Amino acid sequence: MSRIAARFAALKEQGRGALIPYLEACDPDFDTALALLRGMPEAGADLIEIGMPFSDPSADGPIIQRAAQRGLKAGATLPRVLEMVSAFRQNDADTPLILMGYLNPIESYGLERFCADASKAGIDGLIIVDLPPEEAAPLEGPTREHGLDIIRLVAPTTDDERLRLVLNHASGFVYYVSITGITGTRSASDDDLTAALTRLRAATDLPVAIGFGIRTPEQAASASRIADGAVVASALLATLADTLDANDQATAQTVPTVLQGVRALSEAVRRK
Amino acid sequence: MTDGTRSNSLRSGPSPSGHFGDGLGGRFVAETLMPLLLELNAAYETAKADPEFRKEFEFYLRDYVGRPSPLWFARRLTEQLGGAKIYMKREELNHTGSHKLNNVMGQILLARRMGRSRIVAETGAGQHGVATATVCALFGMKCVIYMGATDVERQKPNVFRMKLLGAEVVPVTSGAGTLKDAMNEAMRDWVANVADTYFLVGTVAGPHPYPAMVRDFQTVIGEETKMQMQDAEGRLPDVVIAAIGGGSNAMGIFHPFLDDASVRLIGVEAAGHGLDSGKTAASISRGRRGVLHGNRTYLLQDENGQIDEAHSISAGLDYPGVGPEHSWLHEIGRAEYVGVTDDEALDAFQTCTQTEGIIPALESAHAIAHAIKVAPSMSPDTLVVVNISGRGDKDIFTVAEHLGVSL
Repeated sequence: MSRIAARFAALKEQGRGALIPYLEACDPDFDTALALLRGMPEAGADLIEIGMPFSDPSADGPIIQRAAQRGLKAGATLPRVLEMVSAFRQNDADTPLILMGYLNPIESYGLERFCADASKAGIDGLIIVDLPPEEAAPLEGPTREHGLDIIRLVAPTTDDERLRLVLNHASGFVYYVSITGITGTRSASDDDLTAALTRLRAATDLPVAIGFGIRTPEQAASASRIADGAVVASALLATLADTLDANDQATAQTVPTVLQGVRALSEAVRRK
Repeated sequence: MTDGTRSNSLRSGPSPSGHFGDGLGGRFVAETLMPLLLELNAAYETAKADPEFRKEFEFYLRDYVGRPSPLWFARRLTEQLGGAKIYMKREELNHTGSHKLNNVMGQILLARRMGRSRIVAETGAGQHGVATATVCALFGMKCVIYMGATDVERQKPNVFRMKLLGAEVVPVTSGAGTLKDAMNEAMRDWVANVADTYFLVGTVAGPHPYPAMVRDFQTVIGEETKMQMQDAEGRLPDVVIAAIGGGSNAMGIFHPFLDDASVRLIGVEAAGHGLDSGKTAASISRGRRGVLHGNRTYLLQDENGQIDEAHSISAGLDYPGVGPEHSWLHEIGRAEYVGVTDDEALDAFQTCTQTEGIIPALESAHAIAHAIKVAPSMSPDTLVVVNISGRGDKDIFTVAEHLGVSL
C-alpha cells in the first residue's frame, strides 16, 4: 500500500480527516523550509504538500506568488526541492509528501528522470496544476512505473461527464478546489462543500481533500469532516511572511510561528 | 475565416485537441478553466459554421473597423533601397490604429452570443487593450484590462484612451510588469469570475481554441493582401514580412499563403539589444519548447524551466513566448524567423516616417527594418509585402526619449 493510501486508511480508523499543510520549497531559504518540513509531522500534519516554485504561477494568488518568488530568489530548483525531500526522509519514513507545481520546470528537467528522482527522494504524489488529463499521457507512464500518484484537481466548474474523465486519470486522492478562483482568496460555505462532496463520493472511492480558501482552524476542522482532508496553504504562507524581516529573510520566530499555526489547525481537526 | 477541412494543406491545423504538429499548442490550464475552454470551443465551432455570424462579422469589419485596408506601393522607400518592390499592408488604418480590432471584433460578437457581460483582456503596448475597450464601449459591456505596470508607464496615451472608453485598467506589478505578467493576471481574473466573464485574448497564443480562433479572425489581412496583389501585379507576392510578438498580425497575413510554396514568409522577432545579448524577446530564435499560458510553444526560459523576462523597446513584442502555430511553422521550415534589434527598429521607424509619411508602430518598424535589410539585394521584380500592423502615434514618447528629445 502506498504511503498516501496507508495514511488515509489509518485516519479513517481514527475517525477523522487529514490535515495537509503546504510549504513552498526554499521559502524563505533552504534550511528554514527544511526545518518547517521536519517540524510539521510533529505539529500535526498528516500529509504535506510542497510547492515547487515557478516564475509564472497563473493559478495562484498573491500570497503563493510571493512565496514562489522568495523561493526562486533563494535558489529553488527541482534538484534542490528533491534534496530537501531526501533530507526529510532520513528521519520520517511515513508522512506522505506531495509535490505541487507547474509543468514547465518538470518538462525541462525531463518527465521520466523527474519521476525517477522524485520517487527515489521519497515523494508519493504529484499535483501539476496546468496539466489536465487530456495532456497527461506523457507523464502517466513514468508515474506508474515509479509508483507516484497523480493527484487530480476537481473544480466546481467540472461537470459530471468531465468528472468521470478526470477521475479516470486520478490516483492517491482527489483534490477538490472549493472555489472558482485563485488560491488564498475566498472561501466556500459548508453547504456548498457538502453538496460537492456528495457528488464526488458518488463518483469515486478515492479520499477527497478540500483546498483553496481554507484559512482558519474552524474551516479546516469543518472541511476535514465534510471531506477526508483539508489543505491549508495561503494562510500558513501569510503567517510565515509576517515573521520575515525587511529583506524577506527568516527570523527566530519563523519556524516556531508557522509550526504553531500548523498545531492550531491540527488541534481543530482532531477535536471531536 | 479559415476553412479547416482541407487535407494535405498546411492550413488545416490544429487538431481537434488544439495541437499543431508534434505536441505544440494544446490546453495546459488548471481544471477550473478546462470546462470553460471546452464551452468556448463548442461555441466558436457553432458560430464559425453559422452564416449569420460570418455576415455579422463582415458587416462590422467593413462599417466599423473600416476594411478592407489598402495595399500601398511604397514607391519612395522602394527607390531609396534600390531593390525589391515594397508594398505595405495598411493595417494601421483600421479603427483604433492597428490590426488588433479584427480579432477583437470577432471575439466580442462571440462573447455576446455566449451571453457574457464582462470582458477581461491582457495588453502589452495597449493596442489590444484599446481595441477591446472600444468594442466594449460599442456594445455596452464591462471591460477590465490588465496591463503590466512597466507598460502602463511607457504607453500612457493608450492607458488614457482605454479609460476614456470606459475600461478599468489594472496595473500589474508582479514580475517585470510586462505582457507576461498581465497575461497571468488576466487568467487569474477569469478563473475567479467564470460565470459572467469572457477572456478576450489578443494574440495567437494561449490554450486552444484561442490560437486558432484569433488566427481565423485575423486571416482577413492575408486574404485581402492576396486579392490586392493580384489586382496590382497580377500575381502572388514573393516575400511577406511581419513582426512577431505573440504573432497575430503575422499569422493573419501568413496563413492564406501557407499553401503557396513560392511565397517566402518571414517573421521578425524583437532581438532587443541583440539576439545574443540576453536582453531579447526572440522566443523562436533563442528559446526552446516549453509550456506557459496554456500552450506548448517556444519560450525564453532558463535551464531550470523558469520563464525569462523578455526585452524589447516595443511593448507589443515584449513577451517571452510566441503562438504555437508559429513554432510549428518554424519547426517544419515553412516560415523563417529572424531578429531585428531595438536600434534597427528605431532607424526603420524614422525611415518609414520620412519616405512614406507613415508613422509605424514600433512593432511594425521591426518588420520594416528587415525589409530594409533584405530588399536592396533582391531584384526589382521581387514583390515584398510588409505588414504595417499598427500606427506609431502611441510610440512617439518612447522614440523621442531614445532620440534624446524631450517633449
